[in-house]
Amino acid sequence: MAAHKQHDYHIVNPSPWPFIGAIGGFIMLTGAVFWMHDYTPYVFWAGFALVLYVMYAWWTDVIREAHGGDHTPVVKIGLRYGVILFITSEVMFFVAWFWSYFKHALFPMPDAVEREAGVLGGGVFGAVDGVWPPAGVELVDPWHLPLLNTLILLTSGATCTWAHHAVMENDRKGLVWGLTLTVLLGALFTAIQAYEYYEIVHNDWFSYAGSIYGANFFMATGFHGFHVLIGTLFLIVCLSRAMRGHFDNQSHIGFEAAAWYWHFVDVVWLFLFAGIYVAAVWGAA
Amino acid sequence: MAEATAHLEQHARPGFFTRWFCSTNHKDIGILYIWTAGLAGLISVAMTVYMRMELMEPGVQYMLMEDGVTPNGHLWNVMITGHGVLMMFFVVIPALFGGFGNYFMPLQIGAPDMAFPRLNNLSYWLYVTGTTLALLSVVAPGGNGQTGSGVGWVLYAPLSTNEEGMSMDLAIFAIHVSGASSILGAINIIATFLNMRAPGMTLHKTPLFAWSIFITAILILLSLPVLAGAITMLLTDRNFGTTFFDAAGGGDPVLYQHLLWFFGHPEVYMLIIPSFGIISHVVATFSRKPIFGYLAMVYAMVAIGVLGFVVWAHHMYTVGMSLNAQMYFMLATVTIAVPTGVKIFSWIATMWGGSISFRTPMLWAIGYIFLFTVGGVTGIMLSQAGADRVYHDTYFVVAHFHYVMSLGAVFGIFMGIYYWFPKMTGREIPEGAGKLHFWWMFIGSNVTFFPQHFVGLAGMPRRYIDYSAEFAYWNYVSSIAAFVTFASFLFFIGLIFWSLAYGRKTVGNPWGEYADTLEWTLPSPPPEHTFDVLPDFRGKKSAH
Repeated sequence: MAAHKQHDYHIVNPSPWPFIGAIGGFIMLTGAVFWMHDYTPYVFWAGFALVLYVMYAWWTDVIREAHGGDHTPVVKIGLRYGVILFITSEVMFFVAWFWSYFKHALFPMPDAVEREAGVLGGGVFGAVDGVWPPAGVELVDPWHLPLLNTLILLTSGATCTWAHHAVMENDRKGLVWGLTLTVLLGALFTAIQAYEYYEIVHNDWFSYAGSIYGANFFMATGFHGFHVLIGTLFLIVCLSRAMRGHFDNQSHIGFEAAAWYWHFVDVVWLFLFAGIYVAAVWGAA
Repeated sequence: MAEATAHLEQHARPGFFTRWFCSTNHKDIGILYIWTAGLAGLISVAMTVYMRMELMEPGVQYMLMEDGVTPNGHLWNVMITGHGVLMMFFVVIPALFGGFGNYFMPLQIGAPDMAFPRLNNLSYWLYVTGTTLALLSVVAPGGNGQTGSGVGWVLYAPLSTNEEGMSMDLAIFAIHVSGASSILGAINIIATFLNMRAPGMTLHKTPLFAWSIFITAILILLSLPVLAGAITMLLTDRNFGTTFFDAAGGGDPVLYQHLLWFFGHPEVYMLIIPSFGIISHVVATFSRKPIFGYLAMVYAMVAIGVLGFVVWAHHMYTVGMSLNAQMYFMLATVTIAVPTGVKIFSWIATMWGGSISFRTPMLWAIGYIFLFTVGGVTGIMLSQAGADRVYHDTYFVVAHFHYVMSLGAVFGIFMGIYYWFPKMTGREIPEGAGKLHFWWMFIGSNVTFFPQHFVGLAGMPRRYIDYSAEFAYWNYVSSIAAFVTFASFLFFIGLIFWSLAYGRKTVGNPWGEYADTLEWTLPSPPPEHTFDVLPDFRGKKSAH
């Protein structure tokens, strides 16, 4: 078998995780359907737990293989391709949400449609009447919390790059510090975003349900927030690995993937900030 | 896990569970894909037999409510939805891209396996998960107080957002999971293609089938995430009160159509491009000539892939788009005929002056060229926004896309099976039986679908359980031929099992010197691990 190979590619041993992971996914999604139809949330959580366990076990195997020397230079190139392609697919996922937002911002539904639909300006948030942002929507001031959050994310991008330079110079202390700051800034971003959501809902500026503005706003920023959360967890894993002595200037694919992912999340935010926060205010003025 | 690893190192062949459930071997995973796609295909085709029974005569004879008199339109709608969803997501792409792509792309580029073998298995099992969810959706509580969703495979809002029950949500998750499976597969294929070609196999020496799978992977990677976003909007509109597609809340149902077709048009190229790759090898092999215009063939596929992203709204001429938009989409669409023409003429030029042997795979290839050309020409007719006012949502459209899909892409699958079956199994399919299957299915499927052009032009609308009496004659013909075609499919299934058990043992390369890609240098079937020593093409003019 693998012992006879005369090339540098990684011939991976059979693994139970994909099969078990797919079962977990099946339980989780059927559970989500049960939950949405008010039967029980527990099936979903059971599936979710199984998926989390498989992620842990699978990536533990990957790290063990990395330390066992399976990640030769050519395998590392392949892994980098994988990460870049995954991020590309994520970018295309956000295209759908921006598409919906800009469609409604540039071509808001005319009032004739609403008359046909039997809504005569009755819904405070629902009516668009060819106007964007729709009447009754109280916009978030972009130069307040969103600007602060922009600066926080940009700073976190800088601390992440600091960590990257540190690992290239085998400076473990710098790596740990850079990562710690990035994780803290990421958590701060999430906290501020949560507070902004609270303000919107509490003051009834606009709502998620029943209003196209709210739906676009919350789904686009919400999916971004979800990706920030994933990126933060990814960085936490890298931090804990860095503290255990993983990563040197030759081997740090895991960290590199987390850093690239973090920069991707950062760039998506810049588009959200410019397109959804700032442009909406300028459009309204 | 540690036990399993230790066990593996002692034995060359893993045990049954390890080999088929925990596989990290691209050939085994490819075989799993092909079998599962075949099973999903059988279920999907069985649905069409039921529908053709119903359409055989005007009036409703079979799909009735429990009282035995009232027509059950919901059941009909569930059948067309199930058939479409299964064919689009769970049959053709898994067979061509997941099955042949997995098995033969790494072999053709001289790679020992895929870049991420474990991820490859996750793609397969997520595909099984998606298929299971799709089938569950047919039997789960759905619209009209019955089971299943009857909204059509495109899941257009507001039909899909208003249908009650769990069925629609299960269908949405089925497509999410199948999308995740395809995206992970695409990442794997692209990384393998770019990173693991044998030394000296430059991009311009890489076989056409490998190229076709690579281009398909790029289409999947860029378009499926957009669909994932669109169906997530459906999900939140249905369950959490958002109004993306609900005009009463300021939303726009036409937005869904744009998002769906931004994925949907590249999707039809994902279905057909892998078979462009297969047929190029088959035509060259049995014409005993190298493929004509190799580089033009590569870049024609690239061009088709690129253009596929900018023509989506030709599926939506009648939604009320501006005239300028319609003119743009019309012109962009007819442009695709140019690279497609390059491919058709290059296949013909390959045959021209060749010493053709009409073996079974070659028959499928010639049939494919003919049928795909017919479907392509009706496609040009449909691309005309003005004329489309007449064709839109008639059986003419059904005939068109079944000529390119059912007869094009599915003939591509059969072509691949007849061409590569000896390689995968080490046994031959008897020539006579293979040829019988070809002619049986060629005649059956043509007689099924060709009359649908007539009834479509005469104005018969698609997607209905019943039709007016003047369409009766050709519908009767179409139904009879559909049963004949289904019988040929059953014959094929029997033939495959017979050949697996009793087929004549074959050699590494049964097709002769123009079957010159790397998979034919290996024994049939190939050993568990191939290319322990990489083939080396450095300094050679071609990578064959």
